[in-house]
Amino acid sequence: MTLDESSRLLCIKANLERRLLIYDGIRDFFLSEGFLEVETPLLVKSVAPEHFIEPFPVESWFLSTSPELHMKRLLAAGYRKIFQICHCFRKSERGQLHNPEFTMLEWYRVGADYLQIIQDTERLVFTLAGKLFQRSTIRYQGKEINLTPPWPRITVRQAFLNSAGWDPFDHLDAERFDVDLVQKVVPSFASNRPAVLLDYPMTMASLAWIRTGKHPVAERAEVFIGGLEIANAYSELNDAAEQERRFKQEIAALEREGKRNVVLPKRFLESLSSLPECGGIALGVDRLVMLFCDAASIDEVIAFPWDAV
Amino acid sequence: MEISEVSRNTKLLINGVPFAVEDVKFVKPGKGRAIYYLKLRNLFDGTTRDQTYHSGDKVEEVHVSSSEMQYLYKEGDHYVFMDNENFEQHSVPKAMLGTRSQFLKEGFVVTVSVMEGKVLEVTLPKFVELAVMRGAASTRTDTITAQSKMVELETGGLLAVPAFVKEGDIVKVDTRTNTYVERVSTKR
Repeated sequence: MTLDESSRLLCIKANLERRLLIYDGIRDFFLSEGFLEVETPLLVKSVAPEHFIEPFPVESWFLSTSPELHMKRLLAAGYRKIFQICHCFRKSERGQLHNPEFTMLEWYRVGADYLQIIQDTERLVFTLAGKLFQRSTIRYQGKEINLTPPWPRITVRQAFLNSAGWDPFDHLDAERFDVDLVQKVVPSFASNRPAVLLDYPMTMASLAWIRTGKHPVAERAEVFIGGLEIANAYSELNDAAEQERRFKQEIAALEREGKRNVVLPKRFLESLSSLPECGGIALGVDRLVMLFCDAASIDEVIAFPWDAV
Repeated sequence: MEISEVSRNTKLLINGVPFAVEDVKFVKPGKGRAIYYLKLRNLFDGTTRDQTYHSGDKVEEVHVSSSEMQYLYKEGDHYVFMDNENFEQHSVPKAMLGTRSQFLKEGFVVTVSVMEGKVLEVTLPKFVELAVMRGAASTRTDTITAQSKMVELETGGLLAVPAFVKEGDIVKVDTRTNTYVERVSTKR
């Protein structure tokens, strides 16, 4: 072991210890709510076809980019409240907030919608802060953040009108959406509170339920704390035909670019007709640990990030 | 190459100009496209600039290598260098060397960056030691201070030196500023 490596690992030891306390806290929270902890495969035959999430191929299989499809298959079989902490793999995602192998917490509740799942998230994060620090606030990168629920909510439409000056429901420019989200919308959130961004344009949530009406929206919510994108929730889509249509759209876009071979998740689609109404969320555990450790980089909360493996 | 494959020290060709990537900042909304903020250094003039790319953007990579080369001889308006590793010879126009050519002595080892077989830049050692051939050879003495005089070096270059420097002395020259540093040895 080089001196460099051992001093780096010693430096982040307190963070790795706290990481385990956070895992304990997450498990306590969900077990006390009557959830079952489940495990799903990391090596999978297909992943959800999403334009900007690229899997690592392994022979003719893939490393899982998210446990979502398998967890929904459990729900379709009659499981009602499940959670999982697992590793996910996404190719080419490396930066201060990204590691190609990272840890995800996902949970699903039958009978719930995305707003109830956001309430779970508020209670979970608030409870963890209480357990770790006996406080309702945390200090992250020089800013005090009050985690007391309920967290401020703002719709995508309102947030974009306020900060970027355009309405993504009027005429959606997907590329401009991502850039403005990062450069204008997220920086506009109050720094002393988490923020929940709600109700996305229909094409920006390929696995979410669409609320129809005068202005149809995808029931998708994202949680931001301290400028970090922490979690993404859906009221889950359970219309198999619609899901297949959306997947095929994504696959067509990917194949036009000719970048990769995409396999339609057939078993998942077959199970969807039995999926009850439910809500679910994917929460980036590494970023949650970063928040609670006041770490600026994901490398401070992972023993062996990509470049150190 | 795909923008996702770019990392620090990748060399890119943008509109015919080679740049070295000094830093990459990767930002990506979970479900959205990635944004790459690059800090680039122009390999021709050393200036830096920022450039933003998105998922799927393609960039052109160039291979710039840096090797130690020995200066062999001058041929017309060109200076010929030999790579110390593979003994390949490269001919560099005088214009690329600019005023530095006046401190280039046969046998000197310099650092040469080469892009696809073409020399981009020649970097002399920061300091070189050269013999003084003739004192006060220049007629341009009016441009220097009273304590200094102009001498001609063995390479033909002119240098302002203190009055005590004599013919046959070895002097140390700072090639970044084209100035005299010190006398290394003196002829007895």
